[in-house]
Amino acid sequence: MMSWLPENVSTYGGDIDSIIRLIYYITSAWFFLTLGVFLLFLILYRRREGRRATYIRGDRLAEAAWILIPALIVLVLDLWIDFRGADAWAKVKGRVPPGDLRVQVTAKQFNWEILYPGPDGKFGTADDLQLENEMHVPVNKVVRVTLKSKDVIHSFFLPNLRLKQDAVPGREIEGWFQATKPGRYEMPCAELCGFGHSGMNGWLHVHPADEYQKWVKEHWPTS
Amino acid sequence: MSDPVAVLAIPEASLHHEELGFWRTYLFSTEHKTIGKQYLSLGLFMTIVGGFLAYVMRWQLAYPDTEVPGWGFVGPEFYNVLVTMHGTIMVFFVAMPILLGAFGNFLIPLMIGARDMAFPRLNMLSFWTLFVGTLVLLASFFVPGGAASAGWTGYPPLSAKAIYTGVNWGLNLWILAHAIEFASFLMGGVNFLTTAITMRAPGMTFFRLPLVVWQLLTAATLFLLSVGPLIAGAVMLLMDRIAGTSFFLPEGGGEPLLWQHLFWFFGHPEVYVILLPAVGFVCEVLPVFCRKPLFGYRWIIYSTITAGILSFVVWAHHMFLSGMDPRLAMPFSITTILISVPFAILVFAMIATLWGGSIRFTTPMLFALGFVSMFIVGGLTGIFNGSAPADIYITDTYFVVGHFHYTLFSAVVFGGFAGIYFWFPKMFGRMMNETLGKVHFWLTLIFFNATFFPMHILGLGGMMRRIANPMQYQFLQPLQPINVFITFSAILLLVAQIPFAVNFVWGLVAGTPAERNPWEANTLEWAAPSPPPHLNWGEAIPTVHRGPYEYSSPEGPEDWLPQDRLVVARSS
Repeated sequence: MMSWLPENVSTYGGDIDSIIRLIYYITSAWFFLTLGVFLLFLILYRRREGRRATYIRGDRLAEAAWILIPALIVLVLDLWIDFRGADAWAKVKGRVPPGDLRVQVTAKQFNWEILYPGPDGKFGTADDLQLENEMHVPVNKVVRVTLKSKDVIHSFFLPNLRLKQDAVPGREIEGWFQATKPGRYEMPCAELCGFGHSGMNGWLHVHPADEYQKWVKEHWPTS
Repeated sequence: MSDPVAVLAIPEASLHHEELGFWRTYLFSTEHKTIGKQYLSLGLFMTIVGGFLAYVMRWQLAYPDTEVPGWGFVGPEFYNVLVTMHGTIMVFFVAMPILLGAFGNFLIPLMIGARDMAFPRLNMLSFWTLFVGTLVLLASFFVPGGAASAGWTGYPPLSAKAIYTGVNWGLNLWILAHAIEFASFLMGGVNFLTTAITMRAPGMTFFRLPLVVWQLLTAATLFLLSVGPLIAGAVMLLMDRIAGTSFFLPEGGGEPLLWQHLFWFFGHPEVYVILLPAVGFVCEVLPVFCRKPLFGYRWIIYSTITAGILSFVVWAHHMFLSGMDPRLAMPFSITTILISVPFAILVFAMIATLWGGSIRFTTPMLFALGFVSMFIVGGLTGIFNGSAPADIYITDTYFVVGHFHYTLFSAVVFGGFAGIYFWFPKMFGRMMNETLGKVHFWLTLIFFNATFFPMHILGLGGMMRRIANPMQYQFLQPLQPINVFITFSAILLLVAQIPFAVNFVWGLVAGTPAERNPWEANTLEWAAPSPPPHLNWGEAIPTVHRGPYEYSSPEGPEDWLPQDRLVVARSS
């Protein structure tokens, strides 16, 4: 099952994948255990002539322990999953690191507008550069993304980087990622946003350091 | 010990049977059993509509932008309509009418030993209100601009302004249909609660109530408590659309996330409004065909109530990535995980019931067992969604679609069919065919899994929900054969319902006449004739002497002991 996950190319993707994998192993074990017991009981206690069912009400605590103790184990495993996951969540969504590069992503029906601050590092100045549906970032650098929306709710999804975040009009939501492998990765919208939702897509280009410098030179020749 | 309220609630005069005309008997009836059947018919009809939408949707996903056989070209605008209306219809106009409306009305008075609901006229009004709501919803397909297309969750701003979807009246009518539907179920819920609390037969204490009554009451209570905020939200959304307010529009100072909080504050309890009645049917069917008391009767009641209470504090797990403060994720993740405990107890109690039983694999039992096994899968896949970090990747993908079909669709299909096959003899006085029923079960089980299990794989592969054409994305193209597979499984799942339709109609007109108690069950409804007459019980209301699940009790020679049977102490 886990092999269906797309290739992970972000620093925190591995943390998310390992949580998914942990849950997968735990739930698979429970699935086979409970379904096994279930099927075993169905076979063992099928109707047979002359055999009367056992009269057990299961109300007394001593009897109910048979269901309460497994439920307690479920709780312990659940809490384990939760606390194991807390770190991964804090890493991705908690405190956003300062970032080597800042990009503003504005969602609108049905495009991603990618805004670069330019050499001065400030948005809203003359050297800003706006691209449609394509983002260029250097590999192994922390990219800080400010997510906005012009109209409806969209969701910024980078499957290969295990990043997803809703873009909500009226809010600026901070996010970040650090890509670990150069390449082209798809950047679809994951929240129903109107008739063009299907096909709202962009590309993230992760460049090796030198190639990224070349791209910067092409767009800001004076810097 | 007789309950004075129960005695007072039955006017003597009503016992004299008066002949009512056709209209009052079949259409504008105040009779709880007739109203139950009306809910059932409406729900089954809407299943056909919702199922057809699912078929068109699946075809579009397998063969994007081709002519759908039996429909025609779909395109992205209409695809969004399909997504929206399929969800809305299945949740509000199929699951609730069948599980809550039909069975709540039919079962509660019969199981507690009452002659009818507490407010029969209100009961009639609640059904016909729902009928109007259904007409409004169906009418929305035919207005200019077409039906609603903002998803069944209707997130604003997409749903708050006509320019965002191109749908104006369709979405207004969609909101209106919800409002009418909620009014209907509010009336129904009040009626359920009043009836079960005040009109129980002598001896029917709360801890002798069949569990399905407990589950229906919990469901009705959850609905009553949770729907208020959503009604307020719906009014605000309608005002945003037609009166120029901006409750949810940020450009006018509104807050889009407010809707999500209101919607899911209702939406999560709503899941249990659908699920609990189905759990209740299974709780009734299992002991009858295990010939054994249901394991841990009181624990199940406590678990049900606990799950109900917890369902009010988990709503934000639908919103981990909505832009709400990320620090809220962990508290909601923990409450979400806590709610798995009462449900684990329910499932373990069901499995423990099988232990030491004498299991008869009748059609209703097969569907009940199908529910248990599918609900285990649905519960386990829910843990992926409930974990906030895993949800970053999983949410808004087909994994979620797979998960909620394993829980909700299995509640409606396996729980609902268990109920229909089990109580059909009581409802209509005739038996359904067992062989056809078993064919129906096995085909449904196989194609249910073939349809919904691969959706988890699509989700892990990253396929987003609500996209009309997966081929527009390079990373999804290798997954397309799975989409084709799911589509054909879904079509076969729909075809697998034909044996049921045949069985149902055949059973109605030509089924073997049912005995009073064909399954040798204990609960009170089986003490009434099949079908029960007007006012259910002849001259005397049954008196209850014991709990509902005394099967194979050492008290008697038979392996069942009806709730109303008086056992005189035997002298040796």
